[in-house]
Amino acid sequence: MDVAYVAKLANLPLNPGEEAKFQKQFEETLKTIAVINELDTLGIEPTSQVTGLVNIVRQDVVDPSRILPPPKSNNGYFTVPSIFDAS
Amino acid sequence: MLLENTLTQLHAQLKSRQISAGDLLNECFDHIDKADSGLNVFITHTDRQKLLETAQKTKINSLLSGIPYVLKDAYNTLGLPTTAGSNVLKNYISPYSATLVNRLNKAGSLLLGKTNQDAWGHGASTENTDYGPTLNPWDQTRVAGGSTGGVAAALATRMACYGIGEDTGGSIRNPAGWCGISGLKVTYGRVSRYGAIAYASSLDTMGPMARSVEDLAAILSTIAGQDPYDATSSPQPVPDYLSKISLGIKGKIIGIPKEYYSEGLDPEIKKIIGEAVKVFEQLGAKIDDQISLPSLKYGVAVYYILAPSETSSNLARYDGIRYGQDRSNFTFETRRRIMIGTYALSSGYYDAYYKKAQQARTLIIKEFKQAFSKCDFLLCPISATPATKLGELITDPVKNMLSDIYTVATNTAGIPSLAIPCGFTKTGLPVGMQLQGPMFSEAELFKAGYAYQQVTNWHHAQPNI
Repeated sequence: MDVAYVAKLANLPLNPGEEAKFQKQFEETLKTIAVINELDTLGIEPTSQVTGLVNIVRQDVVDPSRILPPPKSNNGYFTVPSIFDAS
Repeated sequence: MLLENTLTQLHAQLKSRQISAGDLLNECFDHIDKADSGLNVFITHTDRQKLLETAQKTKINSLLSGIPYVLKDAYNTLGLPTTAGSNVLKNYISPYSATLVNRLNKAGSLLLGKTNQDAWGHGASTENTDYGPTLNPWDQTRVAGGSTGGVAAALATRMACYGIGEDTGGSIRNPAGWCGISGLKVTYGRVSRYGAIAYASSLDTMGPMARSVEDLAAILSTIAGQDPYDATSSPQPVPDYLSKISLGIKGKIIGIPKEYYSEGLDPEIKKIIGEAVKVFEQLGAKIDDQISLPSLKYGVAVYYILAPSETSSNLARYDGIRYGQDRSNFTFETRRRIMIGTYALSSGYYDAYYKKAQQARTLIIKEFKQAFSKCDFLLCPISATPATKLGELITDPVKNMLSDIYTVATNTAGIPSLAIPCGFTKTGLPVGMQLQGPMFSEAELFKAGYAYQQVTNWHHAQPNI
């Protein structure tokens, strides 16, 4: 496994020295996981979730009692800390 | 001690004003003051003055009214920080509460605080946490188990009447076993996941932890049930779990799957569970020791493809831009799991890993269904060893993965499992066992666990703190 490449895909920073440690642990992990190749799964449907539920929907209504009041607003715009220097 | 009572007993005393909710809180505060800093159970405490004021106004109209409880820090709570055990969410305050938190608060329970856990659920020892490991109350050189170690340690030391944990690969059952308390991994979809910080969305379950099966039944009755905010929550009606709990298990068949008792299992644990089997026989159950679950061999591999894959997706939202701290705050172990998942889902590897694991999942589900055509429950160990020493698991990823060997298949199949204490090792470490059943068989599991706890005392034991 190319640790640096996977870390980039996962948007994760690597500290110096960690790449080698991850490399070793990945090799051990993938060896443990490799046993799955012994299973004959030809023609077996994958299961992504066990509920059997399909197309569950609800009314698109917000329950205001469950959230905090909205932030300060001024004339329809949210008031936020200044980004640019006042000067 | 008030906290030795069941919820039913406490309810009667509260209702008749023999005791007040304030009395319960004060007893919890005493135990917390005595043991929390040593064991490192809590991440956040609710303000005590506020709790006592709320307690005075709480109407005692349900079994959970006026009852102090704790939450694994994986549940969003309005006004109280939620960290999931990670610095990424240090001091993060959610703008909403999880559905189950709302249900418990509406029932009148009093939240004492948020407890320690392996960050994001990534672990079986509460060592992969940015808040220091939680120690085992029975032996402080050892871990409390994980990932719901904080709740388990809190309950063993009577800091609260009950707690809510989360089980994705054994995270309620493992610490329950290692701390000597009772816990329930529910059927997937039985309890709403809305507002719970997701680890692996197809495996995560939210469940009660307490010092008796009877209490678990009372709590589940309140938190179970379909939630419009969680599309995977089940429309199956919620039975009154307490009403038939004492009917017993005469004639029920308990399967003992061979593969779960072979080499690898500590012989002392095997012997202790053997004693429990005899108790179940005395209670009228029949034993089938010819049950076979060969998929045990693949359970860890399937789980350690599915869970890291799903967590790599669920944790992508923590970008440190909209809220929280940046991704350099993830622990080594968490980054390891995210990367394994990213790799297993990446182009060229998806079929060999994630798709293969999904297919294996179909086979595992089928195997459990076949087993349940021959028996009503499966009795299995929870862990192959008693609680490990600090540092033992967190430094060895393969050992860490293999420690979940008996619990991960349950989540993969979505079936429920009840963890109850069944003895102690010669050195005084708790041993637990798990009863697994078909989907939505919680009521039946409770009957079996309750019957066992009527004739044994393991669940009353208390560590010396």
